[in-house]
Amino acid sequence: MTQENVPARLPFTSVSAVAAPISQANVDTDQIIPGRFLSLPRQTMVPHLFRDQRYNDNGTPKPEFVLNRPEYAKAGILVAGRNFACGSSREMAVTVLVDNGFRAFIAPSFGDIFFSNCFQNGVLPIVLPEARVNDLLRFLLELPGAEIAVDLPSQTVKGPDGKTDHFTIDPFRKDCLLRGIDEIAMTFGYEADIKAFESKSITARV
Amino acid sequence: MAATAAPATMFEKIWRTHVVVDRPDGYTLLYVDRHLIHDGSYFAFQRLKGRGLKLRRPDLSFGTPDHYMPTDTRRKEDIANPDSKRMVTGLAINGAETGVTVFDIGDRRNGIVHVVGPEQGITQPGITLVCGDSHTSTHGAMGCLAFGIGQSEVMHVMATQCVWQKKPKTMRVDIDGALGFGVTGKDVILAIIAKIGAAGGTGHVLEYAGSGIRALSMEGRLTICNMSIEAGGRAGMIAPDDATYEYLAGKPYAPKGADWDTAMARWKALPTDSGATFDTEITLSGPSIAPMVTFGTSPEDAVPVTDAVPDPSTAADAVKREGLAQALRYMGVKPGTPITDIRIDRVFIGSCTNSRIEDLRAAAAVAKGRKAVVPSWIVPGSGIIKEQAEAEGLDKIFKDAGFEWRETGCSMCLGTNGEIGRPEERIASTSNRNFVGRQGKGVRTHLVSPAMAAAAAVTGHFADVRKLMA
Ligand code: SF4
Repeated sequence: MTQENVPARLPFTSVSAVAAPISQANVDTDQIIPGRFLSLPRQTMVPHLFRDQRYNDNGTPKPEFVLNRPEYAKAGILVAGRNFACGSSREMAVTVLVDNGFRAFIAPSFGDIFFSNCFQNGVLPIVLPEARVNDLLRFLLELPGAEIAVDLPSQTVKGPDGKTDHFTIDPFRKDCLLRGIDEIAMTFGYEADIKAFESKSITARV
Repeated sequence: MAATAAPATMFEKIWRTHVVVDRPDGYTLLYVDRHLIHDGSYFAFQRLKGRGLKLRRPDLSFGTPDHYMPTDTRRKEDIANPDSKRMVTGLAINGAETGVTVFDIGDRRNGIVHVVGPEQGITQPGITLVCGDSHTSTHGAMGCLAFGIGQSEVMHVMATQCVWQKKPKTMRVDIDGALGFGVTGKDVILAIIAKIGAAGGTGHVLEYAGSGIRALSMEGRLTICNMSIEAGGRAGMIAPDDATYEYLAGKPYAPKGADWDTAMARWKALPTDSGATFDTEITLSGPSIAPMVTFGTSPEDAVPVTDAVPDPSTAADAVKREGLAQALRYMGVKPGTPITDIRIDRVFIGSCTNSRIEDLRAAAAVAKGRKAVVPSWIVPGSGIIKEQAEAEGLDKIFKDAGFEWRETGCSMCLGTNGEIGRPEERIASTSNRNFVGRQGKGVRTHLVSPAMAAAAAVTGHFADVRKLMA
């Protein structure tokens, strides 16, 4: 197989990194990557993450925006309010976060499509109870630059307060992430089933 | 199905006839009967080619460029942005290479992907349909299972004609009783989202039912299903009935002759059996729904036009309070302001939510004999709708009233074609998302029905269309 314009999928096991807090609820994917940048090639889209929250009209960074603060320069985890990344199905919302160094997202809930897009790109969305996410957000706001440790095999998140939470994940998703394999490769393994289905389906024809 | 089978929902019936593989871990490989493709799928074709993979079923795939094409021209050469031009021109090229049927720019069948599918009869009851766009939920109004997927999944469907899914939960939304005068599908879905919240349907497929839904035209039903995603839903669906069959009959890709009769027998067995249960059920009274207007930056921030902007201090908790206060600051509206006192700068009538012929007729009925006092655009959902509207003389009504009559496309719904508003510009829009910056940086979007948008256009502020038309 020849190369595609996408970084090679790495197996995901664990990540310990600075966590950036975005406490707002309902942050939609239009905010993560505004529509006007969607036709850019992936590599040139990178600096436009949260573009309108992050920069003034004249292009100067807004110092108050969390990702502009020096403590978060190396952030690899994002902790967010409920319904994070809702809205548009644009997969660039995941890839632009990945290309900015994020590998795990923690929130009380996620937009459905973003959630599954994360797995397509080898990164991990984690749902924790809202009360716990609010605690994490509070800690992170009080201690800018604090780290969170995510461990996939044991399905745990260790907060900056030392408290560990267990999270659930589908075995299918976990398997793909741990092995760093692609869904297409997985599906090709079911070719016989697909053929059998096609031969009897009434609706799979025009 | 055996007579002894347990009662099933329509969702369940469609789901189980499309299972290719059921894994013990809860993942299902689902067969995709129709794959709709738009100009935004450019990178999926590139990635597919890059991996040396073939498109498995070009015969089940249909494309139409809509997101990146400006609506003041039909010449691709006129696209100023080279990235956009590449995406628009790329679709026909990729289509020709892979054998996918493309309704290209200039073809009268070209239009917004979620308008074109039903209009061509590609969308049919009982099928599964996917598209790399969240508003794919629209198609469920025809009695099928339709949902949006991400770009990696688009490539997956291209390569395998299947998609991995976890079985969603089901929610029935009953609209009890017919809608009042001047109230439309758009108002129904905004009222539902205001009630259950923008995440209220998360993880669910929503089936809209009840006498209020039965009384609606296909256009109204498509509008409701379109915004299921704004309620957090995975998909929206409505059982097929005579309105569905009438709409579908004679469409280019609909079954014909004996095929139609066999299909009809299958379709009639689709509606949810009595006694089938849903994970969640809610009911709204149809007659009590009023024309709705959004005041904030989430579709759940919707109130009847007769209400005022709510006060954040009355919100249930601190997070909601802060969120609402922030939304009102962005929107530049003060708590307590009557909705009808909000003045607007611009009007956009279009998008896959509200650009069908009935939408244009409703807007024209309001515009007729009046004058738009702010710049107002009409962007039909397809070339065919544009033609029909012109045959009915609607374009003339709009032009006489000072509205701008444009070519088809997504246009100001999200502005990837360059058609956006100015910072702080306040737009009455018939689209589906009032998100921060959706229609351009700093733009303030209020979602309304086409009739309400036309009422705003001719008065310069939000107005109760029921009074205007009385
Ligand atoms: S009209 Fe808007 S929501 Fe609909 S497909 Fe186009 S961009 Fe998406």
